[in-house]
This record gives sequence, C-alpha cells and structure tokens, in this order.
Amino acid sequence: MNWPAIFAVVHKDVMVISRTRGVIIPLLVVPIFITVIVPAVFAALPQIAQNIGVLEPPAELRQWIAQLPASFQLEMAQYNHTQLLIVITAVYYFAPMYLILPMMVSAVVAADSLAGEKERKTLEALLYTPTTDRELLVAKLLAAWTPAVAVAWGGFTLYTLVLNTVAWPAFGRVFFPNVMWWVLALWVAPAVAGIGLGFTVLVSARVGTFQEAYQLGSLVVLPIVGLMISQGAGLLYFGPGPVFLIGCLAWLINSVLIWFGSRAMRRSELLLRL
Amino acid sequence: MTNVIETDQVTRRYGDQVAVHELSMTVRAGEIFGFLGHNGAGKTTTVRLLNGLLEPHAGTLRVLGLDPARQGAQLRKCTGVLTETPSLDERLTAEDNLRLFAAMYNVPRAEIRPRVRELLELFDLADRAGDRVGGFSKGMKQRLALARALVHRPELIFLDEPASGLDPVVTRHLHDLILHLSRVEGRTVFLCTHNLNEAQKLCRRVAVLQAGRLVALGTPRELARQIKADVHLSITIHPEQVDRAVAVLSPEHPTTLARNGDGDTVRIANVTRDHIPALVAALVQAGIAIYRVEHDEPTLEDIYFALHSPAENSP
Ligand SMILES: Nc1ncnc2c1ncn2[C@@H]1O[C@H](COP(=O)(O)OP(=O)(O)OP(=O)(O)O)[C@@H](O)[C@H]1O
Ligand SMILES: [Mg+2]
Repeated sequence: MNWPAIFAVVHKDVMVISRTRGVIIPLLVVPIFITVIVPAVFAALPQIAQNIGVLEPPAELRQWIAQLPASFQLEMAQYNHTQLLIVITAVYYFAPMYLILPMMVSAVVAADSLAGEKERKTLEALLYTPTTDRELLVAKLLAAWTPAVAVAWGGFTLYTLVLNTVAWPAFGRVFFPNVMWWVLALWVAPAVAGIGLGFTVLVSARVGTFQEAYQLGSLVVLPIVGLMISQGAGLLYFGPGPVFLIGCLAWLINSVLIWFGSRAMRRSELLLRL
Repeated sequence: MTNVIETDQVTRRYGDQVAVHELSMTVRAGEIFGFLGHNGAGKTTTVRLLNGLLEPHAGTLRVLGLDPARQGAQLRKCTGVLTETPSLDERLTAEDNLRLFAAMYNVPRAEIRPRVRELLELFDLADRAGDRVGGFSKGMKQRLALARALVHRPELIFLDEPASGLDPVVTRHLHDLILHLSRVEGRTVFLCTHNLNEAQKLCRRVAVLQAGRLVALGTPRELARQIKADVHLSITIHPEQVDRAVAVLSPEHPTTLARNGDGDTVRIANVTRDHIPALVAALVQAGIAIYRVEHDEPTLEDIYFALHSPAENSP
C-alpha cells in the first residue's frame, strides 16, 4: 500500500470539502443542532414541567415501559418522574437518531468526493496517479469515513456535556452515557458511517452529479427511521445487547456494500462513465 | 537506443466501437514522438492504454519495461500526463493543487515546496500561487496542468494537446520547454496534437492514426517518401519577366505560377536538388532577375492530408 499517496488523496478531499460552503455548513449546523439543542431541550422540558406542577408522566409511557424487558423496568424504577422523562427521551428515544450523524456525514462527503469529482472533471487526473485501484478505493473510503466518525464522536462528547450539565438539577450526578451508549458510539456509529459511504459509492458510480448522488444516498437514512419506529412500538429495546447486535448487522451490510462498491471503483469502470 | 514504448497489435473497443485497432509502434528513449490524427482517431484512448487506465482487448503493451495493465501503479510513478481537460481542483489554490499531486506522486516531503515554487515560476504563475484555480483563465489552467504533469520529474511525458488555449508567446515557451525536456534532460515526450506545424517543429518521428489504425510512422522525410509527395522548387522573379521565365523553363518542366508579394513566384514540380543549379543558370543566362530560390520539402501538413483520403478530409 502506497500510504503517502493515499493520505494525499484523503488530504485533498478533506481540503476541498472544507472549502465548499454548500457542504461544510450543513455538515456543521445539523450536528450542532442535534447534539447541543436537542439534549438541552430533552433535559430542560421535564424540569420546567415539574416546576410548573405537572408531575405525572403520561400513562402511555408507563404502558410502553411495562412491555419492555424486566431489567429495563428495574432500571426505570429507580428514577423519579422528572428523571424518568429525561432518561426515556435523551437516552433511549434519541439513540437511533444519533446514528443519522455518521450516516449523513459519510454520505455527503462520499457524494462530493466521488460523484462531485466526476462532475468537476477532476477524476481523470486522479486516475493517472501512481495508485492502484484498491489504494484509490481505500483513500476515498477514508476520506468520507474519517470525518463521519470524527463528527459522531465529537457529537457524542458534546451531547454528553450538554445533557449532564442541563440535567444536573434533576440528577445531581453524571448519569450519561450508559453502557448502551458506549456501544452505540464506539461500535455502531463507525459501522453506520460505512453504510452511508458504501451506499453512496455504489450510487455515485452510476450517476453524474453530486446532487443526484446525494439525493439517492439520503435513502440510506430509512433504516434508521425504521429503528426509531420499532423502538417506539416496543418491538426493539435499545439495551447494550440488542445495540451490539445492531452493530454486527451494520458491519455486515457495510462489508457487502463496500465489496460491491469496490467493483464499481475500478479505473476502467470509472473511465467508461467519465 | 532503447524503446520506451512498444505496442504489438493492440486493440481496444468501447462496446462495439473500435477505438484502437491492431496498433503496433515503438517510441524511443529521449525522443519527441508526435501522435497525430483526426478527432476520435483514438489518441486519448492510446494514452489511457499506455498508462494502464484501460486494458487492451487484444495485443500487448510494454511501457518503460512494464505491463501497464498489471503494473500500472508502478508505471505511473514514472509517467506524467497532461490530460485533454486540465482536470484541476478549481476550489483549491494553484499551489495546493501542485502540492497535493506532488504528494500523490511520492515526491519526498522536503522537496515538495521548492519543486512547486520552481514550477510556478517556470509557468509564470508565481504571483497567482495563492489564488483559487476556479478564477483562472483557460490558458492559466492549461499552464498549471502542465506544471502538475511535470511535478515528479517523470521520465516519460504524455501531452494531450498541450498548446490548446495558450497564446503565441506561451506556446513558444512551451515548445522550448518540450525541446529542453527531450534534448537536455533526455526525457521522452509523447505528444498528441492536431497542430501539424507544432509536430513539424518539435517531433523527430510522428505516427498518424486514422480511425484507430496506424497509417504512417516515421520521420516526416520518410513519410514524404512513403507517400511520394512532390517536391517543389519556388523561384521568385520580377513580375514583368514571368512569361520569359516560363518560356525558358517549360520545355523541360511543367510550371505553375503563384502571385506572391513583390515579385511573382514560379513553382516547378518534381524537382530534386540536383536539378537546381542548371535551372538557375538557364534563367540567369536569359537575363532574368532572381530574388529568391526555395526548395520546398512537403510539410507535415501536406503529408497528413495526402494520407487521408479526400472523403475523410471533410470536417
Ligand atoms: N468513454 C467512452 N465510451 C465510449 N466510446 C468512447 C469513449 N471514449 C472514447 N470513445 C470512442 O473511441 C474513439 C476514440 O476516441 P479518443 O478519445 O481516443 O479520440 P481522440 O483521438 O483522442 O480524439 P480527439 O482528437 O477529439 O481528442 C471515438 O470514436 C470515441 O467515440
Ligand atoms: Mg483526445
């Protein structure tokens, strides 16, 4: 592997992305909204409700908890009403939403660095560089995967800080992250970034512009919506075990997508579609 | 002299369309090799084949002793390519474009900065080094793309239409540079061009490609012999003496007249060097004032058009 060349390709892509306002602004605004505003609201609302005298959580919430595993019910039993509302929303309800971050970032960057590169006619010069097809693929994967994981972990850190700070009056201790969230951030998020990426690699090989690649690539968010609905309907419980299994499944899908993507990423294939 | 490029019966199709058909040729170390042909003749496809970007459907290639299809990455370390479109990153600065490609071509870290400076100076872009390429003119982009093709000091340089978009002054600089690369630095230049004057001026040998097939290969003089192009003698004399001159010459040579500037030029076809002294002596004896005698070898342009049948000369 020609690592200096690979890093140079990654460096170029990151540099180009960072100079493109149309890409960098959504990539900063959405994560900041999701990891700063959202936890602040989740942590603040139940406390405000308590202060203005709304004490009982809705009955549906009790029913929802009742259908989940005993270990989960036991954990919930230790919280007062305010704490319960915060934990349910900020820890459980939000968990699948968090996965949108790595997926979105990797899909946007991959769309820009593959379809965008084709659109801007810069791909040909890259094909003439002394890289093998595999090195080029690794470079393109790293160029999208690294920022996605960085945003996911940076977001996780911000979320943790904001949530614990705003929820401090209700808890008086650091209650987040729990084990499930560590698994989610360290094991599932990188895999999900890979899915967004692999899917976009496949799509980019077939379409001509960044816009098309990005729009088609957004479809990859659908499974996450599926996860949110499943949890809401009580079909899925976001405990450490299930989350670990979701991660395994994500890594598997990710490998399959990248394997197919690598076939589309061969020089001779790319040239024909130039 | 060693061969830098050897191809044997190379064929490449796109779908059913044959782009290159049974191409066999050699390019020698250190020469400037002209690769001529109409639009769509297969020049760019050949460059891609020679760099391992496309695989041939039949035949074998050898470039710098390597097989491009299997050892492409290794080969491309030693080749520099100026593509048809500049293919630069318009959102980056001129300097960043060069720096990043230098790194991709494994130029040692410490050498990148001085090398990039040197190239920006050479192509007269030093004062725009920090500007985004998106704001450059066509010719500036072309110059930057040329600089990028040379950033790793490649042994074998492919230039696809290098002078496109360049003004006459820069074109002349470019030609001097190409000659320097070959004659002084001993690098091999594979020059794809439509500009026959450019090929005539720079290339030692040329190949002419027609619809994917090689129709001629050799020095311009060899090609002239091959197509039996006629060689003219042009004699410029006083306008009033034209009729007399024609009378003197026509018994032995068919003449044609061409009005040209001050005097008139009498053109005599199929004249070899050996005929010239006798012809001039005859005119002088007849009291005709001679201003200029020129022995025209066929230009590459004459050869090029002779090689293409009239039906194909239409655009
Ligand atoms: N990606 C492609 N897909 C299908 N056909 C192609 C492709 N690239 C080139 N061709 C065909 O191959 C033939 C040779 O094309 P090529 O680009 O090599 O010509 P060229 O000599 O470089 O022409 P020009 O002087 O216009 O640059 C043409 O008939 C062209 O239509
Ligand atoms: Mg071409």
